[in-house]
Amino acid sequence: MSLTISRSLVDAIVEQSKSEYPDECCGVILGPIGSGDPLRLKKMVNAAHSPTFYEFDPKDLLSLYREVDDKDEEIVVIYHSHTETEAYPSRTDIAYAGEPGAHYVLVSSRKEIAPAIEFRSYRIIDGVVTEEEVSITD
Amino acid sequence: MSNEVRIPTILRPFTNDQKIVAASGPTLTALITDLNDQYPGLSERLLENGALRRFINIYINDEDVRFIGGLDAQLKDGDSITILPAVAGG
Repeated sequence: MSLTISRSLVDAIVEQSKSEYPDECCGVILGPIGSGDPLRLKKMVNAAHSPTFYEFDPKDLLSLYREVDDKDEEIVVIYHSHTETEAYPSRTDIAYAGEPGAHYVLVSSRKEIAPAIEFRSYRIIDGVVTEEEVSITD
Repeated sequence: MSNEVRIPTILRPFTNDQKIVAASGPTLTALITDLNDQYPGLSERLLENGALRRFINIYINDEDVRFIGGLDAQLKDGDSITILPAVAGG
């Protein structure tokens, strides 16, 4: 298992995590259905506006799924940032993970590692977290 | 009376991988009961102690049921129901 993602998308997520700091940022990357290729990034509003929690607004969530259906796309990546802890799924992340087909990407911009940023990817299925390799393409 | 219900990926193991199923009932509670009769085990994934689970969103047409009566929300023939897992975490 691995995630192949372009440098520009990684940079966009890192930028978003910085601009929304200290709140957690979140979003998805969509791709053609069945392809598994993350191509189109869509930032989502963190309706919780919190440094320790993120949640897509339920109305935005419905619109997102309708758009994905209409465009024959799938949600390839679900990402969010951790602002004070490492880029590893929290207990809450695991409890909520509801897309067994998605790569769950976490970025961490915590102070101890600044200016470096952690960017890691996981599968979360039935409460089991499996980290996967990330290949970044130019 | 019949309603179209859209099932999210994570619950499709209960519906033989069907993305859209039919169910009916005058209220959301009745519809969930009907779904569970057809696809046993489904209601436990939607409800906890008789309430909608925190990490499950159910919509009637475009409305989040939490704002239109929750499990008591009324259904009309032809209403479209969408079930989606919340995307959230810490």
